[in-house]
Amino acid sequence: MEPSPAIDRPYQEALRAYEARLAAIGAQEMVINMGPQHPSTHGVLRLQLVTDGELVKEVIPHVGYLHRCFEKHAESMNYGKTIPFTDRMDYLASMNNSHAFVMGVERMLGIEKQIPKRVEYIRVLVCELNRIASHLIAIGTYGIDIGAFTPFMWCFRDREHIMNMLEWASGSRMLYNYIWVGGLFYDLPVGFEARCAEFIQYFKPKLAELDELLTTNQIFVSRTAKIGVLPADVAINYGCSGPMLRASGVKWDLRRVDDYSVYPEIEFDIPIGSGAMGSLGDCWDRFKVRVEEIKQSVGIIEQCVARLTKELKRTADFDPRALVPKKVNLKAQDYYVRAENPKGELGFYFVTQEKTDIPKRVKARGPSFNNLSVLPELAKGVLIADLVAILGSIDIVLGEVDR
Amino acid sequence: MEVLTRIKSLLVAQFGDAAGIAEEQSGLQPALIISSAWLPKVCLFLRDHEETYFDFLSCISAVDDGVAAGTFTMVYHLASIPLKHQLTLKVIVPNDRRLDNLPVVPSVNSVWRTADWHEREAFDLMGIYFDTHPDLRRILMPDDWEGYPLRKDYAEAETYHGIAIK
Repeated sequence: MEPSPAIDRPYQEALRAYEARLAAIGAQEMVINMGPQHPSTHGVLRLQLVTDGELVKEVIPHVGYLHRCFEKHAESMNYGKTIPFTDRMDYLASMNNSHAFVMGVERMLGIEKQIPKRVEYIRVLVCELNRIASHLIAIGTYGIDIGAFTPFMWCFRDREHIMNMLEWASGSRMLYNYIWVGGLFYDLPVGFEARCAEFIQYFKPKLAELDELLTTNQIFVSRTAKIGVLPADVAINYGCSGPMLRASGVKWDLRRVDDYSVYPEIEFDIPIGSGAMGSLGDCWDRFKVRVEEIKQSVGIIEQCVARLTKELKRTADFDPRALVPKKVNLKAQDYYVRAENPKGELGFYFVTQEKTDIPKRVKARGPSFNNLSVLPELAKGVLIADLVAILGSIDIVLGEVDR
Repeated sequence: MEVLTRIKSLLVAQFGDAAGIAEEQSGLQPALIISSAWLPKVCLFLRDHEETYFDFLSCISAVDDGVAAGTFTMVYHLASIPLKHQLTLKVIVPNDRRLDNLPVVPSVNSVWRTADWHEREAFDLMGIYFDTHPDLRRILMPDDWEGYPLRKDYAEAETYHGIAIK
């Protein structure tokens, strides 16, 4: 391997050490590049594996291939214009990203209590729809990773209904820019609630079918149970959150911890891993937690639809943009907002400046970034085939890892 | 608010005035400011003490305070899973912004392993050097990138590997 041209610059001791370590591997060991173009890395992730035959001795992840300078962009435009950029972070759950971002700006403005209930319920409704879509991708591609093709097709078929619905509401299939500071882009289209209820009726039996197809499937269980066991203390220490942390048995869901938006008014459970097929916190548990979360999201959507068609019904004079500020005028302050995304804790840290609606600094804390950082720990000494199973169970989106 | 005062008195009782612990009450989320040399000790104490128990490091952000200010601020957002409270820690490091004299902050990688990647990101994009970090390579930018892009005085390069990029 050619030494990197940067190696003789200052502050490159670690780069030198890394290159020396790879140059000094044993005669029976081999360095294999998995990715950046590899179907099981779910995007442009490159894993450098130090292998001994079929055994993975060490994994060195290389990220950044999809780095699009989100934080630098955010420093050059106002808060409203940044929302489409947040959509492109975790592009499988755009609604959830913009919801977190918008909540942070609203709290700094002090208007979070004035947001109309209908707006909040619509936000939760679209976020949970997006959560289902994101988990369907996680489950479907996980099936493909370990050789099951059918779940992938089924998941994409059902996800397509959600994509169509959200496209109807926002005008875009994946990158919505629908949730705005102080309100929404538009009210839901007429008939959306009915179509939502219809979708839930359609989806419930399909979900049961999907659950049956994989959850107790002997091949699936033998590929995932007792593989990639992540103990709770390691998960917490590595900053893992979301289904990753809950599968290790920790009941930690920011929708309940922080009680943001209208989640306190909604009933749902927090599924956690049980170790039913082997050990607590294995790949199977992470898969199962996602399936259970879809069921909870279905329940949340039903409650939202019920309220949006009864006490919070559409009225002719309802304007979802009534509270949208013309200019986000903030004093100099800083604020960290966190929200429960499908993949875990999404955080935005704002540092604002006076007399301008352009932030001084926006730092995004992506859940996938932290969840992925535990991979070298999980993948020590596993088989290469199991590494694919472990990586799939983490459910990363490179758009958010690299931002 | 009371939690913060309580944590501050715990820290002052443990480390005395040398750690330079100060409160910042101006914003929506009050913060504790500590001097950088004490950071790993304070963090370890905050993680293990039964009243604080900050076992979860949510986020590390590096903030460039501007060319005029001559400082960088490291912001640590901690959370406690069993006690469900949060804390913001800030470390302010003066620096002259020369590329061969990066601001130095001790690494908290030994307290929370998740700090590993967060600190690599801060090194990569903001040019903060973390003392005792085990593997401080660039993470998002290529290894041979020049400069630290999130700094306010960062100027884009004209070429990269001989390719015009402007």
